[in-house]
Amino acid sequence: MKVDLKQVEEACKELYIRALKVLPPDIKQGFERLDKAESDITGKAILGTMIKNIKVAEATDNLLCQDTGIPIYNVTIGANVEVDGFGLKQAIIKGCERATREYPLRSSVVHPVTRRNEHTSCGRAVPVINIDFVPEAETLSIEMIPKGSGSENNSWLKMAVPADGVDAIKTFVVDCVLDAGGKTCPPTIVGVGVGGTADLCVHLSKVAATRPLGTQCEDAEGARLEEQLTKVVNQLGVGPQGLGGDSTAFAVHVETAATHITMNPVAVNMQCHSARRARATFTPKGLTYGF
Amino acid sequence: MAHYDFNMPVTEEQVRRLRVNDTVTLNGTLYGIRDATQIHMFDRGRKTRFDLNGHAVIHTAPNVKKVDKSNTYPAGYAPICIGTTTSDRMERFTRPLLSEYGVRIIIGKGGLREGSLGAFKELGGVYLAIIGGTAALETTWIEQIEDVDLDDLNPESLWKFRVKNFGPLLVAMDTHGGSLYTQVNKSARDKRAAALAALGVKS
Repeated sequence: MKVDLKQVEEACKELYIRALKVLPPDIKQGFERLDKAESDITGKAILGTMIKNIKVAEATDNLLCQDTGIPIYNVTIGANVEVDGFGLKQAIIKGCERATREYPLRSSVVHPVTRRNEHTSCGRAVPVINIDFVPEAETLSIEMIPKGSGSENNSWLKMAVPADGVDAIKTFVVDCVLDAGGKTCPPTIVGVGVGGTADLCVHLSKVAATRPLGTQCEDAEGARLEEQLTKVVNQLGVGPQGLGGDSTAFAVHVETAATHITMNPVAVNMQCHSARRARATFTPKGLTYGF
Repeated sequence: MAHYDFNMPVTEEQVRRLRVNDTVTLNGTLYGIRDATQIHMFDRGRKTRFDLNGHAVIHTAPNVKKVDKSNTYPAGYAPICIGTTTSDRMERFTRPLLSEYGVRIIIGKGGLREGSLGAFKELGGVYLAIIGGTAALETTWIEQIEDVDLDDLNPESLWKFRVKNFGPLLVAMDTHGGSLYTQVNKSARDKRAAALAALGVKS
């Protein structure tokens, strides 16, 4: 399958706008589940307003949240897909820039030192583009995630040591949730990276935080941690917006990687309740949009 | 738990009457302010031509569309999506907003710290919690972008909005030393030991 880069550019523009407007079904179901179980009056009222906002955004064709985030594009390329890799990256950047200028969206991206905003949502190494290769022969998939800063500003890495064991991982996650309080716009998806190198560990925490609700870590050890931690962080009472309640996190997601005999790294990255993502899938049958 | 409707601006006496868990709905003028706006106002000596005395500021940087100036769009901006950002980063600007500009109300999400709570008590101000991430709804409460200052910082300009039935917002920090964030944080930290024990963590 040969990929038309002009079509990729259009899709990358469309994906940014779509992601900002409509939440994926798994997140909407997550809200329903939390709303049913919430016992705190303030927490329940806040969840109700969040659910109302999802409906207002769809009814008024507006953005869910003002934060257009840092744009992330996750690309997976199948074995028989024929594509110019450099051209693909340029098409993604162009699509991102066009969404920002043409819609127009607030560009939330600035130079880290001068703080200059080019009003394109782009800059050095941004959008973030992750590329991976998958066995599905005739498929190119692009997932777009506008990552909000309220949650991204609450990211942590701890290079614990083997002697600290899994207790260090569990303690760290609980402490991160306590430190975050209401700043991350809870209820959140708490993403936990376990193992790897320092940078891989942080990357895994982002993969975990942006994984669909209802999915499990493929590593049984990670899945066990997910189950235990999800239950416990929701007993802390931080609640929606940090104003108290049962609904602190939709879930704790864990991703693992092998690590060094001397290392025990753990990272936490959170996704806010506006857990936005959109996906474009190119196959020989054409282009389809989804989540 | 009383409800108050405020036509902006308000007096010190009006905000001192508020207690945490009360609710407030605003009408009239609301100013939008953000990290860069306050860095320039308080660290780089820039001044605004707006009179913020007795007014409310909201931690925001909106999505707007540049349009021709008209009666509907007097500032040359149409609102697209206006929401709220995390307040904590702007903690150190609470005191000068109150002492130098006479601001009475700060609206944001996630709360402010002890320093702000002290400033609210001493100088007469409150923090109203709005629900973060609900910008589509919040935008329906904004009637117009009336004016804009320090617009070279766009989108982190100082925005003057006209709002209608903006709320209800929750009084989360008051002039009597009350803070819902402090209460919830303390209560959550008190549960830390039990949480770790439930996870089988050896103390």
